[in-house]
Amino acid sequence: MKKFISLLMAVVFILALTACHGRLETATEAQKLAFDVPEEFDASKNYEITFWAKNDTNLTQVEIYKNAIAEFEGYYPNIKVNLRLYTDYGKIYNDVITNIATNTTPNVCITYPDHIATYMTGEDTVVALDSLMADESYGLGGSKVLFDSPREDEIVPKFLEECEIDGNYYALPYMRSTEACYVNKTFVEKLGYTLPEKLTWDFVWQVSKSATEKDADGNFKVNSQKVMIPFIYKSTDNMMIQMLKQREAGYSDISGKIELFNPVTEEILLNIAENSKMGAFNTFKLAGYPANFLNAGQCIFAVDSTAGATWMGSDAPLVDIADDKVVNFEIEVMTIPQYDVENPVMISQGPSLCVFNKEDKQEVLASWLFAQFMLTNNVQIAYAETEGYVPVTLKAQGSGEYVDYLNRRGEDNNLYYPVKIDATQLLLDNTENTFVTAVFNGSASLRDAAGQLIESVNKSVRRGESIDKGYIEGLYEEVSALYRLDDIKSKMETGDMGALPKESAILIAAIALCWVCMGVYMAKDKIKTVKLKKNVDF
Amino acid sequence: MKKIFALLTAGVMVLALAACGGGEATLPTDATVVDEAAMTYEEFMAAEMESEVTVETFVQAHQSWWDNKITVYCQSEDGAYLLYELACSEEDAEKLVPGTKIRVNGYKSEWSGEVEIIDGTFEFVNDGETYVAEALDVTELLGTEELINHQNKFASFKGLTVENISYKNDEPGDDIYLTLGYNGASYDFCVEVYLTGTESEVYTTVGTLKAGDKVDVEGFLYWYEGVNPHITAITVVE
Repeated sequence: MKKFISLLMAVVFILALTACHGRLETATEAQKLAFDVPEEFDASKNYEITFWAKNDTNLTQVEIYKNAIAEFEGYYPNIKVNLRLYTDYGKIYNDVITNIATNTTPNVCITYPDHIATYMTGEDTVVALDSLMADESYGLGGSKVLFDSPREDEIVPKFLEECEIDGNYYALPYMRSTEACYVNKTFVEKLGYTLPEKLTWDFVWQVSKSATEKDADGNFKVNSQKVMIPFIYKSTDNMMIQMLKQREAGYSDISGKIELFNPVTEEILLNIAENSKMGAFNTFKLAGYPANFLNAGQCIFAVDSTAGATWMGSDAPLVDIADDKVVNFEIEVMTIPQYDVENPVMISQGPSLCVFNKEDKQEVLASWLFAQFMLTNNVQIAYAETEGYVPVTLKAQGSGEYVDYLNRRGEDNNLYYPVKIDATQLLLDNTENTFVTAVFNGSASLRDAAGQLIESVNKSVRRGESIDKGYIEGLYEEVSALYRLDDIKSKMETGDMGALPKESAILIAAIALCWVCMGVYMAKDKIKTVKLKKNVDF
Repeated sequence: MKKIFALLTAGVMVLALAACGGGEATLPTDATVVDEAAMTYEEFMAAEMESEVTVETFVQAHQSWWDNKITVYCQSEDGAYLLYELACSEEDAEKLVPGTKIRVNGYKSEWSGEVEIIDGTFEFVNDGETYVAEALDVTELLGTEELINHQNKFASFKGLTVENISYKNDEPGDDIYLTLGYNGASYDFCVEVYLTGTESEVYTTVGTLKAGDKVDVEGFLYWYEGVNPHITAITVVE
């Protein structure tokens, strides 16, 4: 019996060691879900696939999607692509979540990796693309692909890495952007400052504070208007995430451990509160679009996506305010403010493409071919030129057509609008300085929470609340509850990540069996002892 | 021993039941609205931005409910309010029919020219009073500074000329932007899809309009960098 228990314990020990390799186990699970690529694409059958796409309220982008579909259908007449358009990532996300429940997801959709992590909680919902990408026939640059598809090594490695979740690729990058600070240089100089080569937070706060000075009539001295928001930020989630990254402070780790609520965050929030109180800072959510304030001469530093560059500046091709409200000023496109200008850090963002699983593998292959087509030069270059986007393939970036486009900066205020090309160039020059946050189920909520901290502080200041350590502590609790971050935290801590992997279940069963055997053995031993005692007594 | 076991089992069951209920969100709608006198519209307009406000007003229309929030167009005899993303359960949203009286507590705010109440909570006022506003004809106020004094009200415009129609996404399914002309000037209007839906008469009618058509429209005097009414009805008159 003792030998049996020793053997059982050894088995349990080995199993336990195996189970400790969490990432290995995840990768194994993911590999099991890897798509089994058909040997041949069946061109004799017709396929109808749906593509949910996002545009930046930019009809040229809509045209590019439509042209891309028409061109693709020319290569594959048996695949019909139905386009559904969105102007908001959030709406696509909500619709996908709703459609997962009814098994009516699109075939291909534009999305963010954070969102994919949530889609993946549905069983086998999103296709792991590794096998498709590597397939000799239908993979990237595959021999049987009918169009000029990029090879895997022709995708910007940093952008492709961003689509990797748990050791597998669940998306292809489609376009990339970052944030830029669009600066009213005229006002900076009017206030007696000279723009540095790279912006620092200290410089932006200092100039912003000096811009809050008013004259006797209550007008701001710098613009002689009643409205002036010296520094306005569009995406406060990005603001917090980038400030923390620049400070090398916690946000979350790769396993999904939440580190957002830390002393550096508190320091950042207290600083924002101080500037907000002086009227030096506001946000899109509370005031309006940064471009509208910038173009009306009511803002000096406007941080927004490089993909919003066509709305920025006196000569912007897209404008949302009346012509008579637009003022003339010199605009400078700069990297976002930094704590350490020698080591600039900024976020990488932009749409990616994911493919949803379907029963018919041929339908999935048709979807994959279309997703891949979106990475061809024609689509990449045309779409990138609509905004301050960067093509995601080295093949497109290095093409003569694209280089010529960049070189023609300023030839007009539409295709060659200088602010847009400057914004693009900013990302091209800083690709290696970009980063993304860890993706896990709940990372989208954590991102919202990061932005909410700034929004809440900004609102509270304006509502006369005092912002101190006590306030921040309360805010952490409130935001954590609002976005159910404790749920994510406890899942991470307890390992409650959904259905138990089979190996773990075997391990638990083995441990239980072990305990039962030990119990039986001890009971038998006890009975033997009692019987012996009885024999002695009597 | 049996008694202890029974007690223990009961305790575990109670704890389990409590844990099961943990997933339900507590809605701010249930929160008690601050018990203070409601403001008149004049007092509301005089209040500082981002100050706390309480008003009693009547629902005229609302956008679609989502994620325990709803945007409501309200009006009283003395003025109108937009309640942006008011905290609201789905059950309560169904009760927000035109004429319903509600008491709202929130913060006065301004977004791109639109003065609204944000971060609001509400309760129903069951005193039997109801009010559905008639459309105020503000055609002659277009282009004047007086128009903003009627912000958020249910209003009508007569004899405007269609200059341009465009779908937000270049095809039906999302908002429709209309440019309508009057007295030589152009004004932006919007069919807000969350307000009207895509199957409504106004949505389908606007989709058939062509430049040069003369129309009468009704809607709420929303503001976005200038007047930008959210229209709810349209009639081709010529």
